[in-house]
Amino acid sequence: MALSLEISGLKKVYPGAAPEDNVQVFDRIDCIVEKGQFLTIVGPSGCGKTTLLRMIAGLEEITSGEIRLNGEHLNGCNEKVGMVFQEYALFPWRKLLPNIEIGLEIKGVPAKERRAEAMKYVGAFGLEGFENKYPKELSGGMKQRVAIARTLIANPQIVLMDEPFGSLDSQTRNTMQNFLLKIWAERKDTILFVTHNVDEAVYLSDRIAVLSPRPTKILRVFDVNLDRPRDRTSRETNRIRREILELLEHSEQYPCQ
Amino acid sequence: MSWKRLLPPVVLLLVWQGLSASGVIPAYKLPSPAAVADGLLDLIRTGMPPGHRLHVHIYYSVQRVLWGYALALLAAIPLGIFMGWSRTIRNLIEPLVEMIRPIPPLAWIPLAILWFGIGGKSAAFIIFLGAFFPILLNTISGVRSIDPVLIEAARVLNAGRRFIFLKVLVPGSVPSILTGMRIGIGIGWMTLVAAEFTGVKQGYGLGYMIMTARDIQRSDEIIAGMVVIGLIGLGIDACLRLAEQHLVKWR
Repeated sequence: MALSLEISGLKKVYPGAAPEDNVQVFDRIDCIVEKGQFLTIVGPSGCGKTTLLRMIAGLEEITSGEIRLNGEHLNGCNEKVGMVFQEYALFPWRKLLPNIEIGLEIKGVPAKERRAEAMKYVGAFGLEGFENKYPKELSGGMKQRVAIARTLIANPQIVLMDEPFGSLDSQTRNTMQNFLLKIWAERKDTILFVTHNVDEAVYLSDRIAVLSPRPTKILRVFDVNLDRPRDRTSRETNRIRREILELLEHSEQYPCQ
Repeated sequence: MSWKRLLPPVVLLLVWQGLSASGVIPAYKLPSPAAVADGLLDLIRTGMPPGHRLHVHIYYSVQRVLWGYALALLAAIPLGIFMGWSRTIRNLIEPLVEMIRPIPPLAWIPLAILWFGIGGKSAAFIIFLGAFFPILLNTISGVRSIDPVLIEAARVLNAGRRFIFLKVLVPGSVPSILTGMRIGIGIGWMTLVAAEFTGVKQGYGLGYMIMTARDIQRSDEIIAGMVVIGLIGLGIDACLRLAEQHLVKWR
């Protein structure tokens, strides 16, 4: 398979008042995501999972190292990178349709075309009848579907998802996971997903990268070769879950430095 | 509105009328409600000074307020958005704002007369000063209250500065701007009358009308003028409230 995202020698340091006050977030991150792959990052809280996504999205400066997307050096925000935020980040003054359309609006797509395009997503994402609702009138699951539609409509080459289902109740969360898998199976987007929920990672991903506490590095990458649709409680699922959980627990007890 | 809310003002008017009719309150100090109503009719029919009728006074006053207010909006909203957006601009301009803001608008009247002469322009300038600061401060806080993740969401979608300014910062700060606009017009309307007390020596204006009534000791017309000013202020606020409800449905 072709490479999509290549992260090499990535470092991040938040400078302090004096050199000894510097906070080193990433020790050295090397990671590769193949085209069409679903890669999930799990790690202890505060290890910089979100920071990593934000660096790829161009929202955060890179101290050193390089990020390449389909062979091209990434620098700053780029329409090739899409991002779904945990807190939805819908524009509250825009109704559902204009929220989905906004990326096309930024690209300068004429109003009629972008409306037609957005309507396709409304249909595919089960949002019919809510086109003229404001975000405050939507449920959490719906808001996140709008946010995903808004990201996918711009056809990014990689989709970053920062704990997108983190604030949903577990029922809605399961529904949304299945929904995401369905969409992904149709479109074959390259997805880099962040979660602290190991069950979610095992259920969704082709590969799972486990991060250490700060200064963060990748402890291990798991290949999840389970058939889809997956059984959340099968023996194989549990085996991988246990391995990851043990690794996380171990790394918390014995931090790298 | 339920009748219960109307009860206190009606009782007040009745007590006032009773005290006036029985001579407890002398008419030269506080005329009875009925006399004030007569004064209002006089203002409408004859005018004060005679020939200068009420509706023309209202027209001039409202026009001054709208001029001053419109200029305040044009200056304060864009400046407020820039100041809310950029820390550099904020740090540059904030000390100046904080130095000028505590000066009461009315303290500018002598200077205004020096600059613009006695008349409508001076009054409009004073109103501008009164309305400018509340609009500016509310706009700044409106921009700063926008969830930063919205700006990031726009940036990730590759939005440029222009798009972020017009399609994120402006709509996001609308609720706060409207609050500022309501406070601003309220202060503008309050300063108007005082500005006209001293800034307008002839012609038209509600403040000028009241001062003329005072010169010839027509307290009924003074109070009638006050009532008119109050009612117009109430009407303006109701209009803005309506606009607010319409524009921030998303909240």
